[in-house]
Amino acid sequence: MKKDNKHTENNKRQISRRDSLKYITLGTISVAYLAGCSTPEEIEDKIPKVKKNYPGISEEDIALMKQKFFTDHERETVRQLANLIIPADNRSGNAEDAGVVPFIEFMMLDKPENQTKMRGGLKWMDFESLSRYEKEFIKCSEEEQQQILDDIAYPDTARPEFSQGVSFFNIFRDYVATGFWSSKTGINDLPYEGNMANVWSGAPQEWLDRLSVSYDS
Amino acid sequence: MQIKKQPSEYDVVIVGSGAGGGMAAKVLTEGGARVAMLEAGPYFNSEDANMFKWSYESPRRGAASRKHPFGEFDANIGGWEIDGEPYTNKAGSNFKWFRARMLGGRTNHWGRISLRFGPHDFERKSMDGLGDDWPLSYDDIAPYYDKVDRFVGIFGSREGLYNDPDGIFLPPPKPRGYELLIQKAARSVGVPMIPSRLSILTRPLDHAAATHRAPCHYCSQCGRSCSTHSNFSTPSVLIPPAEATGNLEMILHAMAREVTTDSEGKATGVSYVNTITGQEYHLKARVVVLAASACESARLLLNSKSDRHPNGLANSSDVVGRYLMDTTGTTMMAVIPDLIDGIPHNEDGVGGMHLYTPWWREKQKRDFPRGYHIEFWGGRTMPGYGFMGGIHRYNKILGEIDGKPRSSGGGYGMQLKEDYRRLYGAVIGMSGRGESIAFKDNYCEIDPDTVDKYGIPVLRFNYAWSDYEILQVKHMHETFSEIINAMGGIQLWNSPGKDSNYGITPPGSIIHEIGVTRMGNDPKTSAVNKFNQAHDAKNVFVVDGGPFVSQADKNPTWTILALAWRASEYIIDQMKKMNL
Ligand SMILES: Cc1cc2nc3c(=O)[nH]c(=O)nc-3n(C[C@H](O)[C@H](O)[C@H](O)COP(=O)(O)OP(=O)(O)OC[C@H]3O[C@@H](n4cnc5c(N)ncnc54)[C@H](O)[C@@H]3O)c2cc1C
Ligand code: SF4
Repeated sequence: MKKDNKHTENNKRQISRRDSLKYITLGTISVAYLAGCSTPEEIEDKIPKVKKNYPGISEEDIALMKQKFFTDHERETVRQLANLIIPADNRSGNAEDAGVVPFIEFMMLDKPENQTKMRGGLKWMDFESLSRYEKEFIKCSEEEQQQILDDIAYPDTARPEFSQGVSFFNIFRDYVATGFWSSKTGINDLPYEGNMANVWSGAPQEWLDRLSVSYDS
Repeated sequence: MQIKKQPSEYDVVIVGSGAGGGMAAKVLTEGGARVAMLEAGPYFNSEDANMFKWSYESPRRGAASRKHPFGEFDANIGGWEIDGEPYTNKAGSNFKWFRARMLGGRTNHWGRISLRFGPHDFERKSMDGLGDDWPLSYDDIAPYYDKVDRFVGIFGSREGLYNDPDGIFLPPPKPRGYELLIQKAARSVGVPMIPSRLSILTRPLDHAAATHRAPCHYCSQCGRSCSTHSNFSTPSVLIPPAEATGNLEMILHAMAREVTTDSEGKATGVSYVNTITGQEYHLKARVVVLAASACESARLLLNSKSDRHPNGLANSSDVVGRYLMDTTGTTMMAVIPDLIDGIPHNEDGVGGMHLYTPWWREKQKRDFPRGYHIEFWGGRTMPGYGFMGGIHRYNKILGEIDGKPRSSGGGYGMQLKEDYRRLYGAVIGMSGRGESIAFKDNYCEIDPDTVDKYGIPVLRFNYAWSDYEILQVKHMHETFSEIINAMGGIQLWNSPGKDSNYGITPPGSIIHEIGVTRMGNDPKTSAVNKFNQAHDAKNVFVVDGGPFVSQADKNPTWTILALAWRASEYIIDQMKKMNL
């Protein structure tokens, strides 16, 4: 009878506190090591072969990362729109710098159920700019682009005839936000200061004071 | 096709390696029994967990998918849908069934909320006439809760609440800032918040079987399992001591098909199929312990028909599959003005809330039976897929730079970018988790038409919420709104109304399936006795959530562990006395 006995050997690898700290350090280094990568090929090179049963980047993901969903025209529209939504300032770069465009493209392939909304929405943008300015969205001046956005970016006050544009823009804004803020750039900008071995001894006094709360009551 | 007979005979075969199966393996092997454990899924060791992975290491930024419904880094293998293993619902029923397929089952990625049932929770029928009382009391189970606390480790605070009994606690982590703020608001409207009770080591445990378990390093990633074994999962906590006895044989990729019985109706062992090779096996044992998760164990029993057990094994009462329960649930989120423009700091903490609300209205009059507890979340968590999604619904709260109100949320450009920064950490959420009532007509049964890819007949569910649950959830929303209003917060959406049954989650979706092999003293109305032992076949035991008679508003796992420990001691005792 065939049995899977690998577990027996694995379980002998019980780790001590020292080993676990070693693990933690290693974990942090490998993270830093990967952080600089942006293209699928670079990531593929650096990620150790996916272990059996190990969630994370799979062979299928790597294959998806190499595929394209957008036409060049659509990708340029996505790029310009994303940068209008999150522009650069003195604290961090724009959406494009943070890799938002390939992220959105990957998500289209990963969750195909959203493809029509995205493709149709981009088309809506072009049709809107064509009827207003007789050119596609990406050919418009920034001022013209902003005039269109002003009609669809404010759901509470937008006119009913723009409702489809509003719906698309709400979704698109969310994509850009995820792509930007979950990137290394976005995380440093916010900043999110966790994801490391830590000793939690409570919130900083300054923060407690601001909230008028304390550990004594 | 030939069925291979396993040459050696075991004292006990356990089906399933989750909470109940893991505990049975530990106690039985330590008691000297030779144990085979069948697990349908693959090996898993939490040292392979995705600890410290950043969202941006994933091309989908950690998004949930069919394979990883709780996000890509989550440790679960399995989910709401499993290829080749369907289940069905009767017309009008929408039961959601979450299944894990891996060593340790759902304990690898569960929420670690580890609540004891209280004295009332075993005698609810005597109190309100609904459902049934348990055949055991809090005093019967309390020593086993103590053992689980000491062995597994749990933090909490001693509060002296009658129906939320204190355990043997490690110190709780201090609350996060936003949790203190919610606590202040909640208290002002009469809702208590106390330190949560999670099976996470805030200090090392001092017994020999815990030397490989480091104290928590506060990365808040418990759902990814824990590489340093600092929280409870079966592979981290229960498998190592069981293996150390030399009495445990784990057989992975082994899907149990049925429990075989002899002409007297006693179990002789379990037949199973290797999920990779398709080879069929039969394994003999003196005792069969089912721990495949409540509904899977019921399915196994119902599929184990014989001349002596024509209605399925342990089912002369016809209750197997019946009295299925899941916890009620509903959720609200809000943006809180005081939390805007927060001060950056590492707010991760443990993987879960540091404060929660236990049920506080036992004595008050109300229009629904039983109670609920409230779980909270928020803070400066790691940005991942869906980060601050739907901001157009709430960034209006910030107003214009000149202090005038904003006419609309949403927007784009520099102001929007700044909005995200200012609102990061200012959104909180709360979920009610309540007790449902056990009804005979909420059940799972064998679907007459459908088999899975191994040819095993699958389950068909029939489940409907009653007004009891719906009114309870309505009350949850009233409480949420009171707390949020007391903080000057703004709900991200309106409280759901009657037309949507007040936003009650579909049954099954809180993933606390219990009750389908309920225990009792009367073999006519229960499947197992108070030692989790089948009335109809004394060498068959069920040690997952199946034997629960009622639910309590507490998450079930601590009670599964305690009852499995108790049942396993009973098995050892009965084997020694030659009764099994
Ligand atoms: C996201 C999430 C959060 C949760 N949070 C909490 C919480 O905070 N507190 C709490 O108390 N509970 C929580 N739970 C519930 C908790 O995980 C379960 O109560 C607990 O794991 C149940 O244990 P079990 O013994 O029924 O086995 P399970 O953990 O369900 O494992 C059963 C095992 O049996 C195997 N199996 C099934 N059928 C067969 C078969 N025919 N042959 C062989 N093997 C089989 C499966 O592959 C699985 O590995 C949560 C669950 C989830 C999914
Ligand atoms: S929060 Fe603590 S217990 Fe949870 S995964 Fe991190 S180290 Fe482990």
